[in-house]
Amino acid sequence: MTTQSPDWIAAARLLRRTGFGTTGPRVDAVTGQDWSVYLDRLLNADPEADPGARATPMPVVPSVPPYPWKEGEDLSEAQTEWNKQVDQQMLDLAGWWVSRMAAVHEPIHEKLTLIWHNHFATSATKVRFSTYMGVQNQKLRTMKLGDFRELAYAMLTDAAMLSWLDGKDNVASSPNENLSREFMELFALGHGNGYSETDVKEGARALTGWTVQRDGRTSMLDENHDGRTKTVLGRSGNMDAAQFCDAVLNHPYSARYVAGRLWQQLASDTPPTPQTLDRLVTAYGPGRDLKALTKAILTDPEFVTGTSINGPVEWLMGVVRTLGFSIDTAELAYAALDILTNLGQKPFHPPDVAGWPRGRAWVSTASLASQMGAAGQLANNGDLSTIEDAGVDDRIDAAGYLIGVGAWSDSTVEGLKPFVREPQRLFTVAVNSPEYLTT
Amino acid sequence: MPEINRRKFLIASVGAGAAGLLTGVVSCSVADLEKAREQAKLPDDAGVLVIVTLYGGNDGLSTVIPFTDNAYYDARPELAYAPQEVLPLDARLGLNPALTGLHQLWGERKLAIVQGVTYPKPDRSHFRSMDIWQTASPTEPVSTGWIGRWLDATGDDPLRAINIGAVLPVMAVGDKQTASALARDSSPMPDQVADALTALGTDESDDKKSMSAIRTAYRSSRTFGQALTPVLAHGNPAVTLDPNVGGLTFTPQKDGENPLSTQLNVVSTCIKAAVPTRVYMVALGGFDTHADERGPQQDLLAVVDQALTPFLRDMSSDEHGKDVVVMVYSEFGRRVAANASQGTDHGTAGPVLLAGAPVKGGFYGEPPSLTDLDDGDLKGSTDFRDVYHELLVHTINTDPVPAIGPGRREIGFLA
Repeated sequence: MTTQSPDWIAAARLLRRTGFGTTGPRVDAVTGQDWSVYLDRLLNADPEADPGARATPMPVVPSVPPYPWKEGEDLSEAQTEWNKQVDQQMLDLAGWWVSRMAAVHEPIHEKLTLIWHNHFATSATKVRFSTYMGVQNQKLRTMKLGDFRELAYAMLTDAAMLSWLDGKDNVASSPNENLSREFMELFALGHGNGYSETDVKEGARALTGWTVQRDGRTSMLDENHDGRTKTVLGRSGNMDAAQFCDAVLNHPYSARYVAGRLWQQLASDTPPTPQTLDRLVTAYGPGRDLKALTKAILTDPEFVTGTSINGPVEWLMGVVRTLGFSIDTAELAYAALDILTNLGQKPFHPPDVAGWPRGRAWVSTASLASQMGAAGQLANNGDLSTIEDAGVDDRIDAAGYLIGVGAWSDSTVEGLKPFVREPQRLFTVAVNSPEYLTT
Repeated sequence: MPEINRRKFLIASVGAGAAGLLTGVVSCSVADLEKAREQAKLPDDAGVLVIVTLYGGNDGLSTVIPFTDNAYYDARPELAYAPQEVLPLDARLGLNPALTGLHQLWGERKLAIVQGVTYPKPDRSHFRSMDIWQTASPTEPVSTGWIGRWLDATGDDPLRAINIGAVLPVMAVGDKQTASALARDSSPMPDQVADALTALGTDESDDKKSMSAIRTAYRSSRTFGQALTPVLAHGNPAVTLDPNVGGLTFTPQKDGENPLSTQLNVVSTCIKAAVPTRVYMVALGGFDTHADERGPQQDLLAVVDQALTPFLRDMSSDEHGKDVVVMVYSEFGRRVAANASQGTDHGTAGPVLLAGAPVKGGFYGEPPSLTDLDDGDLKGSTDFRDVYHELLVHTINTDPVPAIGPGRREIGFLA
């Protein structure tokens, strides 16, 4: 078997980490390019101008439909209808996202949006309304490369988040700690990282009074807000959500936490070394610049040596994109969502506020079998011309080229050999090889 | 950039209709339970541990209720259960009214309740505390779980432990080995493709650790699939399993199915077929009850009761089922005092329930005081690793040290 150049393999890793799978021609196009210039172009581009994005507009439900209820009347039939409608709207939104991920020409913006969805993990299982989840998704995609402070504040006051972490039930007379706790523990500071139970409780008081409207807009009602003095992380005053946000983000540990968490999603399952983390925090800087941080992660010397076990969305959307599928009917979207549900990573439905697991959790006898089965079905109708057009002796290399794997191990070659005359099965095994299930 | 040729993919209703149980990756044309019995190797009298994880922090004081303690009513004026509501266990403690089946088992001396189970310096984060319970490492975060470390220490047979659900909890993950997993399947593999797994599962010296994890899982898949296919292809196990069986939010099942029963039915099928598995892991989420707790928690406890009771009854008459021990635990209990929204916030110690024929029913451990508190939280007296110790020694019959370290003691709930 031939092995691609180290530059090619590195470019393939960059494309696979910043997208969903890749293809040989795309890797060719990036190999040898200056990554800094390449990333600037992608990160500065308007994601909505991508032809694939234009072709897949988000289905917007402008307002949560009013729940049918009237004193003394039996509206159970209408209520059943309402439930169906609400669930269908959410299913449409989840289906839209997988169709968008398949359609875009440059997947980096969808990948980053997914990563930030996982960081601020919010599940429609509890939130239910596509209005709220859609508004949150828009914020994630438009703020993911800006000032982290703006993104964090937007999430603290977001309709879906306020529903998810009981923020809309957090009132002066009955403070609820959930949002304050998870904001420090998971979103901005890290578990046990320099805050106390008292900071959680005081923070909860700072966050009191937020209310959610049907259209997904939110506002703070003075009468439900605790207007007394609070002390959070050493800062005192009549703090509100903005001041709470600043107090947490100004904590000296926050930058390292945010940078480290993004590194583990984008670069490697293992945490960054202290040297890398220093570089990342420098790039993030006092302006909490997520674009600079993202670029610093992808251009760090240690990026190319990281390893990640791919999550189900990365894997499935990679296969779908490589095979040239578009997901442009509801049935196709449901099929994709069904596979992702089986594998445990349905978009908009993370298991809890800590987000999806990473690493070994994704590798089980059950997930491997599901992936093998799904790939087998997908391969039946996909574009395998890269493999089919190659001579029988070159087909294992061709399969690697098609999916952006630049070098096969001997054991994988042994696993692929029996199928050189069956391109569909060759592809099925190739996308289930250890080389493709990791990046 | 080259324009990709967009195609349509046609998936024959993946996951729908033919949704059987995932059985590894070997085709399953023969459904023959008798054949499976011949292959199976679960020795007579080998203990089987079924671990039930309740995610979200189950309120222990509303599960095992101190219904004669004034401090209980003082701390929870709206939330407390009245004495006439509880199912009495003794003169002092009673079960939640939803736990009728478990109450009967208590009467038959087949339910043990270890009270006040915790660990040093309790953590009020769901995620950290559940990690502590699952990794059995209260002092520092580690990446392996207690069942995973047992697997690491005892060879490479993939049938030793099975997680119900495709996504593995950290409890099930070792450094080299992991539990196998069962989840909803979409399609069986052709034999020929399954053969490729043998090759993919061959280790190479320069494999990165992430790649070797996948190779190990492939090796396991082959053996696991061959053993489980005949068992689960038999009959009509057309069940759907939520891969995120944990989670803090409860996902109601379609058609009112009991999500824990669905999982335990799979376990029951395997045990009856004498699959040589010593540990099964199932889970139920949704116990994070900060507000208006009473109804939702009682509904969840009813799910637990209505799943566990028939499972245990069924097991008690099976030749291998009689060796089953079920452990039910959650990452923490909740604070003693109710909050202003008739719920409870994250707390500390809670009860661990153990049931099954080998269990000696009764109370174990010191009941925590409701007045001598640690900043509003119960002071636990029993370390959860002592519970694990006893299960490792007597149910799994293994050296407990690799899994949980040295120096633990027995509690005495197993005969």
